[in-house]
Amino acid sequence: MSEFLITLFDPNIYFFRYALLTGIFASLPFGIIGTLVVVRRISYIAGAISHCVLGGIGLGLYLEKAKGITWFGPIQGAVLASLLAALILALVSRHARQREDSVIGALWAVGMATGLLFIAKTPGYVDPMSYLFGNILLVSRSDFFFVLVLDVVVLGLVGVFYHKFLAVCFDEEFARLRGLRTGWIYLLLLCLTALTIVLLVRVVGIILVIALLTLPAAVAGNFSRNILQMMLLAVLFCAGFVVTGLGVSFTLDLPSGPIIIIVAATVYLFTLLGGRMLTVMKK
Amino acid sequence: MIRDLQKSAVSIHGVTFSYDTRAVLVDVNLDIASLDSICVVGPNGGGKTTLIKLILGLLTPNTGTVHVFGSKPKEARLRISYVPQYAQYDSQFPISVMEVVCMGRLGQSFTGRYSKEDREQALEALAETHLVDIAARPFSSISGGQRQRVLIARALASRGDILILDEPTANIDHESEVKFFDLLGKLNQRMTIIMVTHEVGFASTFFKRIACVNKAVKIHPTSALTGDLIREIYGGDLQMIRHDHCCSGKGHSHE
Repeated sequence: MSEFLITLFDPNIYFFRYALLTGIFASLPFGIIGTLVVVRRISYIAGAISHCVLGGIGLGLYLEKAKGITWFGPIQGAVLASLLAALILALVSRHARQREDSVIGALWAVGMATGLLFIAKTPGYVDPMSYLFGNILLVSRSDFFFVLVLDVVVLGLVGVFYHKFLAVCFDEEFARLRGLRTGWIYLLLLCLTALTIVLLVRVVGIILVIALLTLPAAVAGNFSRNILQMMLLAVLFCAGFVVTGLGVSFTLDLPSGPIIIIVAATVYLFTLLGGRMLTVMKK
Repeated sequence: MIRDLQKSAVSIHGVTFSYDTRAVLVDVNLDIASLDSICVVGPNGGGKTTLIKLILGLLTPNTGTVHVFGSKPKEARLRISYVPQYAQYDSQFPISVMEVVCMGRLGQSFTGRYSKEDREQALEALAETHLVDIAARPFSSISGGQRQRVLIARALASRGDILILDEPTANIDHESEVKFFDLLGKLNQRMTIIMVTHEVGFASTFFKRIACVNKAVKIHPTSALTGDLIREIYGGDLQMIRHDHCCSGKGHSHE
């Protein structure tokens, strides 16, 4: 543990501080958006968006390295692909709900497939592992800047339209009857989810995204009386998981993404068991 | 002409509606006057909910017209207070009773924030449904009958002129049901009431009219509700409990 602290404050090892700061500041959108995703029960949609991100990353890598386009790299590709997926899913949910399931499955697979095809055509060796499983230790200064921008966007929009998001998550039909433009609010929710996912991919990777988006919120849900509380707790839990995971991964010399997820899942399991025991004891 | 339309709360003319190729409602004509109370009955799949969704403007008819206070349903939406079936709610959703009731005030501002007046209206609706004591409790922790009243309070908070309820008595006990109809009686003095149910027995004592929906819509005064009529609606024999029926000279009553 002390070695962890020494490394953290070592002026020469800057990437570790970036990783930790990114993890802490990224917990804000993770917890807030994760809560909305959990109560609206759209984690499978988040899964589809996250797998589409690989398509965007592949496109970005290809354009950057094969075509020499400097202004379009993996991060721009990821943002573009995730927003496109969000738009498609919002349209499907509105106009062809009975097909939603199939479209989610198709997007999920097609996103991965195009990503791998682009990577195959990109010159030089690209290791897809760091995208699939993430590596928070690779975050750069510009990633940290992206986190701060996303913090402001998510906090601002959810703060201003809190009651509308809440209404659409709780009872969309009723919200529509009260004159809310629920289709647009849902699209906005999916777009914020998409941007949050792009960030999550950096931290835990495409495959583990759903876990870090939903587990902190699911744990928080056990202790919350309303959505605001759930969001605050989810942010704290998320930050706790990321920091603990980083510490453990450093100490045991294991990859950070999977460790963060294992920490989160373990806590979730214990809160479930604890809750069970409480209800049994009450009876 | 416009004057005539304004007198009626809901007027439906020659409406046909089908999901894909399956016709659900055929040539429906229905006029509901202001302050009327009408009970919509019929078998499952007979088109009750579809009829309600047409009035709410959630569905558009294939042919024919639906008017609410003389305008298109979508434009008149804010004048309708709607109580959906409560079974559809996620019982884990962390939300307080007050927050649910406040949703009746949505649509008043761009951001969806509630003003002082919105909160006052919500509190008034809570008082009317005797829920002030549990306003701060989580929606998930209260009983079925209380949840039903919370949804009614939410509808009342929106101050509509028409109250539409979808199967509100499905999950409540008899005592709550009696109180429920007391409340409806009071509300009927200022609101038009349209209620969907599959239980016809008790409906006859409160409602002025009954609309039987089974592809077609037929209107009956409640006094005409007999065994023959029910056989006609449901297409077969079924036992009915007549709560207003006296068994002996002294009578038996559920009041």
